[in-house]
Amino acid sequence: MQWVFQGLLGLPTRMVWHQDSDLSDLDAIVIPGGFSYGDYLRCGAIARFSPAMRSVMEAAEQGKPVLGVCNGFQILTEAGLLPGALIRNENLHFVCDRVPVKVERSARLWTEGYAAGQVLNLPIAHGEGRYYADPDTLKQIEDNGQVLFRYEGSNPNGSWNQIAGICNDRGNVLGMMPHPERAADAALGNTDGLALFQVMTAALVSV
Amino acid sequence: MSTPETVLESAPFPIAEITAEGIKPDEYVDIVNRLGRHPNKAELGMFGVMWSEHCCYKNSRPLLSQFPTSGPRILVGPGENAGVVDLGDGLHLAFKIESHNHPSAVEPFQGAATGVGGILRDIFTMGARPIAILNALRFGSLDDARNRRLFEGVVAGISHYGNCVGVPTVGGEVYFDPAYSGNPLVNAMALGLMETPEIVKAGAYGIGNPVLYVGSTTGRDGMGGASFASAELTDESMDDRPAVQVGDPFLEKSLIEACLEAFKTGAVAAAQDMGAAGITCSTAEMAAKGGVGIDLDLDKIPVRESGMVPYEYLLSESQERMLFVAHKGREQELIDIFHRWGLQAVVAGEVIEESIVRIRFQGGIAAEIPATALADNTPIYRRELLAEAPAYAQQAWAWSPDSLPACSVTGLADRPWSEVLQSLLETPSIASKSWVYRQYDHQVQNNTVIVPGGADAAVVRLRPQLATDNGMPFTKGVAATVDCNARHVYLDPYQGALGVVAEAARNLSCVGAEPLAVTDNLNFGSPEKPVGYWQLANACQGLADACRELGTPVTGGNVSLYNETLDSEGKPQAIYPTPVVGMVGAIEDINQIVGQGFQGAGDAIYLLGAQAPVTLGASDYLAAIHNTIAGRPPVVEFDRERAVQAACRNGIRQGWIRSAHDCAEGGLAVTLAESCISGNLGATVTIDPGSDRWDAALFGEGGARIVVSVAGDRAAAFEAWLTEQLGSDWAKLGIVGGDRLVINAPDGATALDAVLANLSEGWSEAIARRMERLV
Repeated sequence: MQWVFQGLLGLPTRMVWHQDSDLSDLDAIVIPGGFSYGDYLRCGAIARFSPAMRSVMEAAEQGKPVLGVCNGFQILTEAGLLPGALIRNENLHFVCDRVPVKVERSARLWTEGYAAGQVLNLPIAHGEGRYYADPDTLKQIEDNGQVLFRYEGSNPNGSWNQIAGICNDRGNVLGMMPHPERAADAALGNTDGLALFQVMTAALVSV
Repeated sequence: MSTPETVLESAPFPIAEITAEGIKPDEYVDIVNRLGRHPNKAELGMFGVMWSEHCCYKNSRPLLSQFPTSGPRILVGPGENAGVVDLGDGLHLAFKIESHNHPSAVEPFQGAATGVGGILRDIFTMGARPIAILNALRFGSLDDARNRRLFEGVVAGISHYGNCVGVPTVGGEVYFDPAYSGNPLVNAMALGLMETPEIVKAGAYGIGNPVLYVGSTTGRDGMGGASFASAELTDESMDDRPAVQVGDPFLEKSLIEACLEAFKTGAVAAAQDMGAAGITCSTAEMAAKGGVGIDLDLDKIPVRESGMVPYEYLLSESQERMLFVAHKGREQELIDIFHRWGLQAVVAGEVIEESIVRIRFQGGIAAEIPATALADNTPIYRRELLAEAPAYAQQAWAWSPDSLPACSVTGLADRPWSEVLQSLLETPSIASKSWVYRQYDHQVQNNTVIVPGGADAAVVRLRPQLATDNGMPFTKGVAATVDCNARHVYLDPYQGALGVVAEAARNLSCVGAEPLAVTDNLNFGSPEKPVGYWQLANACQGLADACRELGTPVTGGNVSLYNETLDSEGKPQAIYPTPVVGMVGAIEDINQIVGQGFQGAGDAIYLLGAQAPVTLGASDYLAAIHNTIAGRPPVVEFDRERAVQAACRNGIRQGWIRSAHDCAEGGLAVTLAESCISGNLGATVTIDPGSDRWDAALFGEGGARIVVSVAGDRAAAFEAWLTEQLGSDWAKLGIVGGDRLVINAPDGATALDAVLANLSEGWSEAIARRMERLV
């Protein structure tokens, strides 16, 4: 993730230690994938209590862009910054693959680099990526247009409504299970995810 | 002088207690002679683990000594935690393979998981950041529920540990054969990129330097695992489950970061991970390698349970622990780093002049042993090699293809060749392993250039993790593969082992990589049995000769013997001799590599090494279609091997070749089918069987053959170039395109005509179908 922002796009980027709570110098925050504290409990359930996360919640409140990818998405739902939850994949196996993901709409900050309906080929790698929300919440996020990414064709993890990524009502917090940062470096053969970072970078630079 | 009998009679332990530690009566006498007294219980345990095959190679050392171990690119050869090769531009790669067979047999999930954890520690102990994992796995038939459980558990364990620790599992191989029923093989290989300016070594130095214990706490888990790993598995082995360790991949991730940070301070003099035999092995090896002693106080060791006795401390195989020797006065700096990462770090001892391992406990001395007696000057067994090949081999060699049913251009008796191909593709050993690698995160770290299933070898970009220098492209890469056709080795250990090395090199050449160096994992049965030793000795000779021929020195590895299961009647069942070769290769430019799938309709298909002899002996066709394990494996021809591989590599680098796939299990027809499936493109080819049977032409196996494809409009120029490279040792097979694989005879008759979608579906689903619908 750092490689994409700093190495490929030249955006000044720093890593945040989990116990640091002063994030006031940051214009945008990305919570990358991984296994926070091992995720031996429920994914993201411990991380959500880390000092750094308290500041992330404040930053989100202030309207700063917050992107959570994979484990980052799980942490954002645990923290209540995004609705719903991510539960064990339907077949109970971890899945690492490249899958078609449809961009639902061209949303400010995130998906303006894509056309609505455009299908991207994005890597996924998760054991608990099955998006779930109760029917009322589902209806609400669908009606509000908060679903930005949806699996196209077969459903790799059993997500409700094939949901792959959602934003909050205000639109400044995005969580997604696919890994756009693994599809951003031309040297590795796939750049379908790059536009997301370019749009985000442009928005930050123009602030 | 006392006789062996009197020594044993005067021992403070009954014979049964001595042998329970894995020590033979003669070895006990040897111990007493070295100490000048009887050992106590803790010392007996220390000798038990240190003199196990797993730690001291007492059976295999004389055989391993024949391996070539040096070369222009080799920075560190055998003897350290891992080998290191020079990839140029200041990039140094550490790599090593290790087995976790026995633990995985009794507790597949944790056994496999901690196997991954152990091999990663070998890498970052050297100062290298782990960048890739591969595995070689063997299981019995998936028709047996017990084997399915082992398979599922092992894959889940590797997935659990590798994914969480954040190192991509980029490749590997999996075979299924009844020979491994109940004794699966789990070999894990790891690669790491050196991050510290100096390679961190294991030899302790600096009298008075503090010895630090870092990482996790010590408990009773994994007691005596090294001895356990060096004995046959029995029905009672299931009761040894406490001998299997439990892994914590997140703690290991923290340990990686903390160790690399610690090494960069320059405050660490030496480091050794605690793998097999835990504290015993790490203290003894660090002391012996440095020619010094270590004085260690067990009371300082952080524990996870109370009431442990020295024997338990010393033999515990609790995971994620390391031993450091620090430069005196700089220990607090290191301790602070580990504490920041939430890890244990204590000064537990110091380096002493006298070359002994002295263990203190509760104010007294719990053990005191010369370091070399434990780690260096250990027993060696030289065994008699059978004068002639054992009966099973001679009987197998008497087999001839004449015993097979007749076949023709149309098929085998009344079975069309398309049907035979379909069933070979659905054989679990040949079928797609996507069920396995979809469970492994193979892209984490963002450097995976070729994902599993895409090529004959994995390719990872070499990008130092801390480098964020915009505009500097990182174009170098490393290719890696693990290989072993164990049926070939079983049927002829020498030729089979030659073939293993040749195939590994060929797989690297198929992506365009220059083969550099080898790490080997010798998985064999008991060397105490004449047949077992015959297999081991001949296979080692084969590995040594082939590594010399191909210029790929061995930089280290692992030996796992006694891979036999005893059935309820006590009859030993040995596995196939399985010398797994892990090989790494250099890639100058990751933009100049190819995968195995055909790239475009109209591309021309060629066979490099077309004149190589093929045989049905030891083939997958013979095993899967005729249920026959017999014949002799193909003979390796090194001149052809070198020429064909060089042509393939050069052709890739010069941009001629758009896909390359090694002809291995299942022969030419399976290779073509796999290239079609991978590229989702059909092909029409012509094969001339010459004087061979049709089944030999389609499914016969032989070394030094690679199927490549080239853009159609460049075919003529390529052929001229190829003739310069290989003379006439190549053939044009046909053209890519369509939605079928069609194989014709030279006279135009159709030998095989199969719908690609059917081949693809059967091949893709074969393992998942067995795992998910049959269970």
